[in-house]
Amino acid sequence: MNEEGNATAGRSSAFVVSARKRKLQKITKSAGESLLFLVAAIVAIIVLFIFYFVARDAIPFFQIRGFSEFFTSSEWYPADDPPRFGALAIIYGSLMVTAGSALIAVPMGIIAAICLSDVLPFSMRQYVKPVIEMLAAIPSVAFGFFALVILAPLLQSFGGPILMWTWWLIATPFLLLAVIVSSELLVMSISDDVRRQQVQRILASAFGIVAILLLFFVGRGLQKIEILTGTNALNVSIILSFMALPTIVSVSEDALQAVGRDMREGSYALGATRAETIIKIILPAASSGILAAVILGIMRALGETMVVWMASGNSSHIPDPWFNYLESVRTLTATIAGDMGEADQVTGSARFHVLFAMGLLLLVISFISNFISERIVVRQRKILSGQ
Amino acid sequence: MKRLGKKLSIAAIVLLTATGSAEAGNSIVIDGSTTVGPLAKSFAAYFTRKYNIAVTVSESGSGNGAKSLINKSCDIASMSRPLKPQELSAAKSKGVNPISNVVALDGIAIVVHPSNPVRSLTTAQIADIYKGKITNWSQVGGPNANIVVIQRESNSGTQESFKEMVVGKENPVTRNAETQASNGAVKSRVSLTRGAIGFLGLGFADSSLKKVAVNGVMPTPVTVKNGTYPLSRPLYFVTNGQPSGSVKQLVDLPKSVDGKKIINELGFINKY
Repeated sequence: MNEEGNATAGRSSAFVVSARKRKLQKITKSAGESLLFLVAAIVAIIVLFIFYFVARDAIPFFQIRGFSEFFTSSEWYPADDPPRFGALAIIYGSLMVTAGSALIAVPMGIIAAICLSDVLPFSMRQYVKPVIEMLAAIPSVAFGFFALVILAPLLQSFGGPILMWTWWLIATPFLLLAVIVSSELLVMSISDDVRRQQVQRILASAFGIVAILLLFFVGRGLQKIEILTGTNALNVSIILSFMALPTIVSVSEDALQAVGRDMREGSYALGATRAETIIKIILPAASSGILAAVILGIMRALGETMVVWMASGNSSHIPDPWFNYLESVRTLTATIAGDMGEADQVTGSARFHVLFAMGLLLLVISFISNFISERIVVRQRKILSGQ
Repeated sequence: MKRLGKKLSIAAIVLLTATGSAEAGNSIVIDGSTTVGPLAKSFAAYFTRKYNIAVTVSESGSGNGAKSLINKSCDIASMSRPLKPQELSAAKSKGVNPISNVVALDGIAIVVHPSNPVRSLTTAQIADIYKGKITNWSQVGGPNANIVVIQRESNSGTQESFKEMVVGKENPVTRNAETQASNGAVKSRVSLTRGAIGFLGLGFADSSLKKVAVNGVMPTPVTVKNGTYPLSRPLYFVTNGQPSGSVKQLVDLPKSVDGKKIINELGFINKY
């Protein structure tokens, strides 16, 4: 009652303000607006400035050496005489460890987020989520030290058994699920109840035997692998995935939570099980948020320097065969960090500018992936809102 | 976070140049080689204790040491290789007159994992390993195991000395070679990796690694000093102009009894 009275009083007095006061109000308004605009503009300008200054020092490299060597040769000998600046292996190394870490972190992160938002009871979630987010607070040099001093020797001495156990741990539940689901799906068309159960039992046991053989023989094969050097792409991928995980888990969990209670309850009310609700309702509804989480996590892995610098081994070659994660690689970020000290006007300009060319390349890659994810998010929203 | 880091580094640079320009005062800044690092640090501690003059030591590689000296942000560049012609001309153009003072001698030890039975390699074999022509230990009388080649980053003086003395300036090191940032990192990688071969300053080669004889000569203080060990080199304190005052005292420390003792304790070799 009272508030309303005040409001009307304020409004009516606003009608009778003097011209001077009105002018003052106008100035305050535009001053406030321009302040907000300025702050927003500064953020945008910083991005443009970074782009401009990196590009300004990157372009001379291409003027001196041209494009083809940088992108097609993997001969990286910047300190030799004559120097060679083939960055193909380094670009490949960056993409390789990023893909490897995404391969580990994305499924793990999304599964963990589903578990947090839809499976664990609320009381437990309150404790688990902060612990996962704590991973993000560990400095990257500590991760790097762990990778170099603990994980690398571990991979060298117990590489085979570690791979075998990892395979068993991951593959067992998946194969179990696959056996049950596939045997059930295959017999759905049989109408006779008794016959269906019989066929299903036979199919399930046949699939089960195949699965066990698969588990065993792949495990044996993995156990025989001897890892020559522990500072390799696998090591880096594992550590980078740990670093990307908190981002992916936390942002996708928020996205899953943002799918309201009404959606979930509507689905249950129609008789859907929890698995059906999660897979068919919640995940599609949260997909744009999850995609944003994945992109953020991947960007974190692509841009990470310290861990890669310490744990990748830094050998600038394309592994043989190309998917061999057990060889050491070199990445763009590590090359920039490692060569920056030596490279300046003293040691010849191409050597200095090539690092900026690499920086520009990283910037362009992240801009493109940001742009693509933005487009996908927009399209997803349109589909979900039924347009 | 990154912007904060940038601010901090700018602050650090400002501080560094401030201390650098205060050369005439009572502090000395040393920057450069990680090989010379332990020596420079011990000298600094001794100097601070004896004359109460603060000595700051950074280890960022010989190349960075030279750069700091040229930019006048340090008083002494510690280097494990001589200055390059480009660095000399860059120094001249900035009005810096670099004078190299030898502080000690050092051997580059070729090291392998302690379990490796190989005892001796020739310089030609080492060169072939680093060129990628020899890839298995069985080719040099060892077990049938692949060789993990470990080298240093290109701003390392040890790397440049090694390359010049063994591989040859014009020959590229194999692309499969892993690259480590410091003597310490090479030591930890080689001591933990069965098939590894690496090279580092003699002072760093402790019992966690196995030193290999080169052309039949083991790296020891005696063989480095009398020149029979093929991979030896002088270590330098490079100053701007002839050293004077407290900088001269520091540069001349290796000629004193205490200085020689420090050099011996750290596994380096006296020149004087």
